[in-house]
Amino acid sequence: MEKEIRKEEPRLMKGNEALAEAAIRADIDAYFGYPITPQSEVIEYLMREVPNRKDKKIVVLQAESEVASINMVYGAAGAGARVMTSSSSPGISLMQEGISYIASAQLPCLIVNVVRGGPGLGTIQPSQGDYFQATKGGGHGDYHLIVLAPASVQEMADFVFDAFHLAEKYRNPAMILADGALGQMMEKVVLPPDGGLSKQPKPWATTGKTKDRNHNIITSLFIQPEEMEKVNLELQKKYEAMQSEVRWEEFQTDDAEILLVAFGLSARICQKVVDLGREKGIKIGLLRPITLYPFPYKRIDELADKVEFILDVEMNAGQMVEDVRLAVEGKVPVYFKGRMGGMIATPEEILQEIEAIHEKQNVLHD
Amino acid sequence: MNEKLLLDDGTELEQVFCRPDTLTDVPYHYCPGCGHSVVHNVLMEVVDELDIQDKTIGVAPVGCSVFAYHYMNIDMQEAAHGRACAVATGIKRVLPDKLVFTYQGDGDLAAIGTAETIHTVNRGENILIVFINNGIYGMTGGQMAPTTLPGMVTSTSPYGRDIHMSGYPLKITELAAQLPGAYYVTRQSVHNPNAVRKLKKAVTKAFEYQMQNKGTCFIEVVSNCPSGWKMTPVETIKYLEEVMFPYYPLGDVKVPKE
Repeated sequence: MEKEIRKEEPRLMKGNEALAEAAIRADIDAYFGYPITPQSEVIEYLMREVPNRKDKKIVVLQAESEVASINMVYGAAGAGARVMTSSSSPGISLMQEGISYIASAQLPCLIVNVVRGGPGLGTIQPSQGDYFQATKGGGHGDYHLIVLAPASVQEMADFVFDAFHLAEKYRNPAMILADGALGQMMEKVVLPPDGGLSKQPKPWATTGKTKDRNHNIITSLFIQPEEMEKVNLELQKKYEAMQSEVRWEEFQTDDAEILLVAFGLSARICQKVVDLGREKGIKIGLLRPITLYPFPYKRIDELADKVEFILDVEMNAGQMVEDVRLAVEGKVPVYFKGRMGGMIATPEEILQEIEAIHEKQNVLHD
Repeated sequence: MNEKLLLDDGTELEQVFCRPDTLTDVPYHYCPGCGHSVVHNVLMEVVDELDIQDKTIGVAPVGCSVFAYHYMNIDMQEAAHGRACAVATGIKRVLPDKLVFTYQGDGDLAAIGTAETIHTVNRGENILIVFINNGIYGMTGGQMAPTTLPGMVTSTSPYGRDIHMSGYPLKITELAAQLPGAYYVTRQSVHNPNAVRKLKKAVTKAFEYQMQNKGTCFIEVVSNCPSGWKMTPVETIKYLEEVMFPYYPLGDVKVPKE
């Protein structure tokens, strides 16, 4: 979306709260959620703030579980509402059944995952361990979410607007894939304009059958295989069309000999690595995918022609790196540097990794 | 209604009864003798009579009545197994002026969806929950339900339900009635014409209470399953009267203090 000029003063806000405030300003009709660290500030903020906004009509409900939350989202989205939920990794796992139904029934909504370290109950510290789950489907069946990965508190707010815009454009669930650090840290943010996201009519919604139309059905059940295949082909066509929405950001890739690929918080750290490397005369560039689905395969492929090697940096055991390797198709070596379980790599640690690989590559070439 | 039909011999006939507009012209897929179609008819007749077709939104379950939306000519959503009450909550909260009901079987409502059921009633969601209890999982081929009676033979209790292994049949209707959010709770049946009339009255009352924002209305219909019970429809009625009703007594469980 085009960036509008913002007149509002910057504020210092937590990522989770900036996201919640953006949701109010995006005129959500409803939020359904269940507390889980490190994202509980989202529902806390909404519960606190919404009653003070007399001009807004927003339902905020604490459900009995994430399973109930996502199914409330399904019901409200099917009834034509702009609706969202938020959770963190274990809660998002519980929602997967509902997300699959929402994707199949083609309902627009926003799901926010403030990721924590896993697997299992894991830790409450930040992680990027849910990349596979977010981008490859997550639940059962062939489907995709639109996935946006913020890297700042500013983007925690902005992407609420972008996610709803895309979700409603494609009648598809969208996900903001953040992490515990982005949710908890405070940064300067200029909030998006109140009421700045228009609403389009949803003639397919279940709002009560009037005499002038057939009854509207929201369903994901297509029992005849011919029909089910047809629905799947339609979905695949939609996912193909979504590829045009791919977004990424580049830092100093023009003359880069080494390419870093990282998303979200890891990309923030890698920006520092680029600076540190260049101080030492190592020409490092960074590509940061902003949409994780669709993924910028083509651009990574183009950059692969110009660099010596690629280092993918993530806060997991290596998930996006599989997509980077798919993009590059073996043209140049793709290395991986990751920390897990809530640990975050320092810029120095990543630079050391680059230097070690660089040295190894030179030995191979000599 | 009130359409005139002219016969070849010149006789003019007045139509006094027909399928209401709230029912589609699609034949039911239910087994012969099954109670589902009767309950569908009752619900849609009430929606027609109260003239609330444009206000009513239904939620279908997973189970035999998964295709309820094929027959009910109203806006409907198909929920995941057990989640109908959560889906209905989502609809009702964003469209509080509409009339929302769920239609759920025993497995859906009283096993996999127990949490959603209890919490929805506890919040006093202003919806109607229609609960069809036939003590068996019909669609998946006759497995044990949370409401299967002790000793009852199903494909997963082939020697009869053993209460030491599987516990007792869940009287979730009585459980729901304990919650302050429940406004009107009743247990009905459709095993004879009088019972059908009583059910219709209960459904009408429930929709009227919903229009008055009274809270959750919960109607259990103790029904049959000729295929799953491996009985003729007539035999199922005898079984209902002799075995099911003593455990699940018919009548109001909680009535509003007028």
